Order: sequence, then structure tokens, then C-alpha cells
Amino acid sequence: MYVAIAIALLVVGSVLFHVLSPWWQTPLASNWGSIDTALDVTLLICAAAFIILNLFLAYMLMKYRHRPGLKAHYEPENTKLEKRLTFWTGIGIAGMLAPGLIAWNQYVTVPKDAAVIEATGQQWQWAFRYPGADGVLGSASIGHVSDDNPFGLNPRDPYARDDVLVETNELHLPINRPVKVVLRSKDVLHDFYVPQFRAKMDLVPGIVTYFWMTPTVGGTYEILCAELCGVGHYQMRGTVVVDQQPAYDAWLAEQMTYGQILASAEQARVQLASRDTPSTETLASARMAR
Amino acid sequence: MATIADDLRPLHHPKSWVGKYVWSQDHKIIAIQYAVTAIGVGIFALVLSFIMRLQLALPGQFQFIQPDNYLQFVTMHGMIMVVYLLTALLLGGFGNYLIPLMIGARDMVFPFVNMLSYWFYLLSVIVLFAGLFVPGGPTGGGWTLYPPQTILEGTPGASWGILMMMASLAIFVVAFTMGGLNYVTTVLQARTKGMTLMRMPCSVWGIFVASIMGLLAFPALFVAAIMTVFDSIAGTSFFVPTIVSMGKTLGHAGGSPILFQHLFWFFGHPEVYIVALPAFGIVSDLISVHARKNLFGYRMMVWAIIIIGALSFFVWAHHMYVSGMNPYFGFFFATSTLIIAIPTAIKVYNWLLTLWRGNIHFHVPMLFAIAFLFTFIHGGLSGLFLGNVSVDVPLSDTFFVIGHFHMVMGVSPVLVIFGAIYHWYPKITGRMWDERLARLHFWITFIGAYAIFLPMHYIGMLGVPRRYYALGETVFIPQSVHYANMGITIAAGIVFAAQALFFYNMIVSLFRGAKADPNPWGAASLEWQTAETPPGHGNWGATLPTVYRWAYDYSVPGAARDFIPQNEAPGGTAEPHPS
Repeated sequence: MYVAIAIALLVVGSVLFHVLSPWWQTPLASNWGSIDTALDVTLLICAAAFIILNLFLAYMLMKYRHRPGLKAHYEPENTKLEKRLTFWTGIGIAGMLAPGLIAWNQYVTVPKDAAVIEATGQQWQWAFRYPGADGVLGSASIGHVSDDNPFGLNPRDPYARDDVLVETNELHLPINRPVKVVLRSKDVLHDFYVPQFRAKMDLVPGIVTYFWMTPTVGGTYEILCAELCGVGHYQMRGTVVVDQQPAYDAWLAEQMTYGQILASAEQARVQLASRDTPSTETLASARMAR
Repeated sequence: MATIADDLRPLHHPKSWVGKYVWSQDHKIIAIQYAVTAIGVGIFALVLSFIMRLQLALPGQFQFIQPDNYLQFVTMHGMIMVVYLLTALLLGGFGNYLIPLMIGARDMVFPFVNMLSYWFYLLSVIVLFAGLFVPGGPTGGGWTLYPPQTILEGTPGASWGILMMMASLAIFVVAFTMGGLNYVTTVLQARTKGMTLMRMPCSVWGIFVASIMGLLAFPALFVAAIMTVFDSIAGTSFFVPTIVSMGKTLGHAGGSPILFQHLFWFFGHPEVYIVALPAFGIVSDLISVHARKNLFGYRMMVWAIIIIGALSFFVWAHHMYVSGMNPYFGFFFATSTLIIAIPTAIKVYNWLLTLWRGNIHFHVPMLFAIAFLFTFIHGGLSGLFLGNVSVDVPLSDTFFVIGHFHMVMGVSPVLVIFGAIYHWYPKITGRMWDERLARLHFWITFIGAYAIFLPMHYIGMLGVPRRYYALGETVFIPQSVHYANMGITIAAGIVFAAQALFFYNMIVSLFRGAKADPNPWGAASLEWQTAETPPGHGNWGATLPTVYRWAYDYSVPGAARDFIPQNEAPGGTAEPHPS
């Protein structure tokens, strides 16, 4: 009998916990309202099922608890009732699956006009690449990665020369413009996760993955890694700054392109050779300069 | 009707104490060996989880918890709980004990292989624990063991630990295959006269279907383990593409990390149901017995078990929505995943409807069954969020996932296991446990477990990621989350300590418990009708029982008692079940 009361109290307690809890989704800062809608519909249907089923359980535990002289009813099955329950469950399932699939369809359909930006992960930091003036990300592969070429860009690819490289864990995005975030990993699985954007995708070594979104609220957000990637996993943080277009353009103009980096590295090498110093300090400082 | 002649030549007999209790071929002893070993490693994994909770409540306060061994605790906890505790206990423990007794057999059909199954299981446990002492310690790659991470130096145990883990898993698969073949063959071949498939108790159905699933799913884990070992020591590239690890380009080329994930989850998702189906079956029987009412919709319940088992092989990639696999797979796997909710929901309805107009006795096993209903409804529903593809995107790899799967495949099956132990303890040992300690154990475990895992759903909704050694300063995570973490750890500590009540009760009752009635709950299924309690060698004495009815003839109108044992011949006014 106490267990009947306990079940009823747990239902009430869970609902109160839901209402009073300070923990719920962060305020949405992207276009993914459809994901939140699918979540809300799922929550509504599941909450109804949770409350009805458990209160029914509590009611029966109370009503049919053993008392002297009580005898249980004998009813092996009731096909009609079972069919009816199956049908209504199917309706409930379809009701939450529909908004889920609609949102997913949007999630996998990248708009044609989306800007392309690349995020690269390695243990345990982020780096970012913008396509530059030509709007095309140059080809890259892990085989090209070296100290001078941390992104592994193809030095012979003209599209790569104007790519803007950012190695500071800080990503800038223009507000209200759809962006396709292309993801590459140099070593292990990582996952690009900004709770406020809702969107998320793994970075997988060997292949290029992507997701898209439109940032809709300006501000600074944290990028977390959401796929276990080793001992530094919890420290693999980045920052994404959603700027108004002018601020974004100004910031982007300050960043070095691959071509500029190559040139300054070349210059440093020439200076190094002419001075005949064995030190690599200059080379390092040339890289630091950007 | 499938019948089998009783072979009176015993397949084996105990020759000495060692022959009886150590190198035993008796399914009842093997069951206890399995169960004790599984619970032993489970306690170790429970301690690990409490260490993790200490770190999450008071990050950085404990010198012995560092980022590397934290991940090792995470990994060992997960792997032990899922494979070495739940699978081994439900199939090796309950499967071994219940199948022959419930279907009226003298033993498993291959007693020697059954014995080997246990010893291979023990070997896998020994190898697993040996992994704690190899250079670098055990692997810290998470229980999912995703390469390339698990075999690279940024992960603890990347050289030796992962090899020991994979070796242990491979041995476990061998052990399970021997056990599983036995369970399946025994159910198909050794049922006593009159025991049709559709008269078997749901416990046997759950264990039977789970065993078939294990035989189909574990090979995927086995090959994934072997291929990872090759990638690690033989320079192959099954799962590892060209990568630069810590500034060094490795020699691998062309492998696919996602291939491993497919193999892993092709095992891993059925594995969830390998754990769940025996629990479903057992809880069906507990509810029916203690509500003194037939299981409602038995045929539908059996079909639901079979359908869930079959469908569970078509949903694995719902663990991989954001893995970078072809995103269009999401449509298929979301649909198949939500469809599986329908037979699962039917099971819940039928459990509830079994209580309807029942005569509910709140015995301790029943309390655990009721608690299971509550936590399973909760955990099952939170799974719909994660199955519903786009809703999974913000929630994957957060505490919501932890809350969900602990509720649905941690707390729920464990509640059933406790209920089942209390239920069958009088038959297994011939003694009764202490009622008050058992009730206290129930209340703390049930309420405490809910207090642990309910808040995790909400923290995950906020976006707090899982497998983080420390949350650090993160703007979107308010201070209240840290308080929640402390509260959860306190609840975990209480639940953890309360398990002492259970072990004390079980061990002391073994020696001092009151002598148990051979059928204290008035159950109709065969295992309660044995001549001796505990059942002797060969289970049934001189003749095998003959079965005349299903296992759920409770409160039959006109019958003298409120249950009719399966082996009671029809007569008087008692009507046998129409099927």
C-alpha cells in the first residue's frame, strides 16, 4: 500500500521537479527551433504517457491490494483491448516521429547559399579555416600536415592559397547567415558541440563530415567536444563569436591567409639562410606573428 | 507436441565435494557460480561508479582521481556492468538456474559445455582484472572502445590495456557461445511432456530469445575486438585512417572508424535487449505470481518478446545519428527505433493490466517488480527522445543519455534482479531472508536510484556533456549544476551503502534464515513443484513432471486454491487454459 502512495508521490514529484528545476535547454541561438519543437512534442506525449500509466499503476495498487477474502479476476486476454492500445500507441509514436523526421530533413538539407567554414579538431584543440575570396576551401589531406602546414593544405592547390587560417580556438560567424560547418579530424573522433546552437556532429579522421545552421543571436558561446577523445577531452574547448556582418568582415580581414603564411615562412627561411644562424627562432616568430 | 523421453542414465554425477561444487556440471551450481562471480565484479564496478561520483561532486578534491584514471574508471564501470554483470547474471545465472527447472528438464543438454562456459567466463574476468595491472593500466577509451582513440597514446591503456580488454571480451564471447547454445538447445529439446513452447513461463521466453540474440550479436563484437587488436599490434588499418597523433604521422591508411561503430552497435544495441528481455520475462512472472492473477495477454507478451528481439537488429545506428555516417540513415533508424517502442509499450500495458482486478500481495519481490514498472516507464520514454533522430542531436553525449540508459538498462534490470533473487532465494537455498531488512533495502534502493538518475536527464537537457573529468568554468553551466552533482553523489552514497543490507541479509539468511516453504508464494510454474527444496541433483527425483496447463493458472474460477500448478492434471472444476 505504501508503494501505491510512493508511486503517486513520485509522479507528482517528477512533475514538480520538471516545473521547478532550474535546468532546461539553454536559450536557442540558431535556426534550430524545429529541433526544439520536435523535442517539445516528444516531451508532451511522453509526459502524458508517464503520468497516465503511473497513476493508473498507483490506483490499481491501492484498489486491488490484498485483503482477506479478495479473489483476483480470471481473464487470460482481451484481444480487442490489446488491439486498441496498440493502435493508440502507434498514433502517439507517429505524433512524435513526424516532427522529429521533419526537423531531421531540414538538418540534412544544406541550403544552397550556405557559407562554408571548416573546423578541424586534434587532441585537444580546435582550428578553423575560411575559404577566402574565391569562396572555395582548398584541398587538404592529413598527408600534407607538417609543422609549417598544420591544416594539411595542398601547397599546389590555387584554391588553398587564399584560405584564411585560424589556429586560436576562436571561430567567428556572421549573424543570420546559413553556414555549412565542414568538419575534419587529424587524430581521433571529436564532436563540435555548441549547446545554444543545438546542432552537433562528430569529426571523424579519414572522412569529412558536416552540419549546417544559421546563428540568430549575437554573442560569444563555448564550443565543447562531445565525443570522448582522450585524457584532455574535458579541456578541448573553443569559442564561437557570432558577429554582426561589419564586425565579422573586419575580423576576417585581420586573419592571415595560407598564401601569406607561406610567404612569411619563406621570407623567414631566406633570412635564416642569409644570416646563417642555426636558430629556428625567427621561423617560429614568423609563425607566431600571425 | 514436443516431448522427450526421460533418460534415466544420468549425464553426470558429483563424485566429491570438488566435483559437486567446483568442477560442477549441475546447472544449479553453475548458475550460482555465474551469479556470485558476476555480482562480485558488479560490486567492483559499483565502487568505480562511486569514485566517479566523488569526482563529479567535488572536482579536484581527491588526489587519487586524475583525468587519466577517471576515464579508466568510466570504461571499466560501463563494460563490467553491461557485459560481465548484467549479461552474465541474467543469462549465466538466472538462465542456468531457471531453464531446466521451469521446463521440467533434469539439466542442460550439454552439462560439460555448460561447465566450460562458466570457466571461460571466469577466465575472461581474470583477464579483465589482469588488465588493471599491465603497464599503463586498463583502457580508458570509454566502454564503446571507439578507435582510433583507444589505440593512440592520448588515451590511457592504449598499448596494453586495450589488448587485455579485447582479449577478455573475446573470451567472454566464447563463454557466452557455449552457454547460449546450451540454453537454446535445452529449451528446444529438453522440455518435459506437455510443456509446449506456448506453455513456457515468460522468464524462459525472455532468456531463450535473449540467448538467440546473443549468439547472433556477440560475433560482431568478437570480430571488432580481433580487428582492433590487429590494428594495434599488427599494423593493419581496419579502423584507422591516415592520422597525425601528437605531431607524428602514423603508418595507418584507409581505415574507417565508423566501421567499428557499426560493428560495435550491431552487437551493442541487441545487447541492451539481451539484458532487458530476461528481465522482462522474469518481471512478468513476478507480477503474475504476486498479484495472484494470470499474466494478461500471454500470447501477445511472447510475441512482443520475439518481435522486440528481431527488431533490435535493425535499430543499432540510432547510437550513431551524429557519428558522421550518411545522415540519410537517420530516417530509417529513427523510424525503426520508434516502431520498437510499440511492442515494448504493449508489454508495459499488459503488466499493468495483469494488476487490474488482481489480488496484489506486496511481498518484497513484488515491490521490486512495481519499482521496475515505474523506472522502466520512465527510462523507456526518455529513450524516445534519443531515438527521435533530430531530438537526439542536442542530447547525444550529454548527461541525458547517462540518465536514460541507467534508468532503462541499469536501474530497471537491477531492480528485477533483486526481485528475482528475493523471489527464488527460498527455492535456491531452502531458507527465507529477513523481511524487514529486505523492505528497507527496497525503499532505499528504489527511491535513491530515482533520485540519482532523474536529475541527470535535466542536467543533460541543459547540455552538460558526459565523460568529462571536470566541468571547469563553463558559462552556460550554472552553479546549481554543481549542487545537483553533490546531491546526486549523496544519493549514490546512500544507495551504495544500502546494498550492504542486501548482502548481509542474503549471507546471514543462508545460515540463520527460517526454513522456507517449498512454494512460499503459491506459484504455479514447475520450479516450485520439485520434490526437494533446494532441488536435488537431477531436479525431479524418479520421474519427470508432466505438464497439463500454462504457467499462469491463478485464481481460476471454481478451483480450490488460488493457483493450479502446471503439473496438476485437469480434473474437478478447474479449466485448463484454452491454448
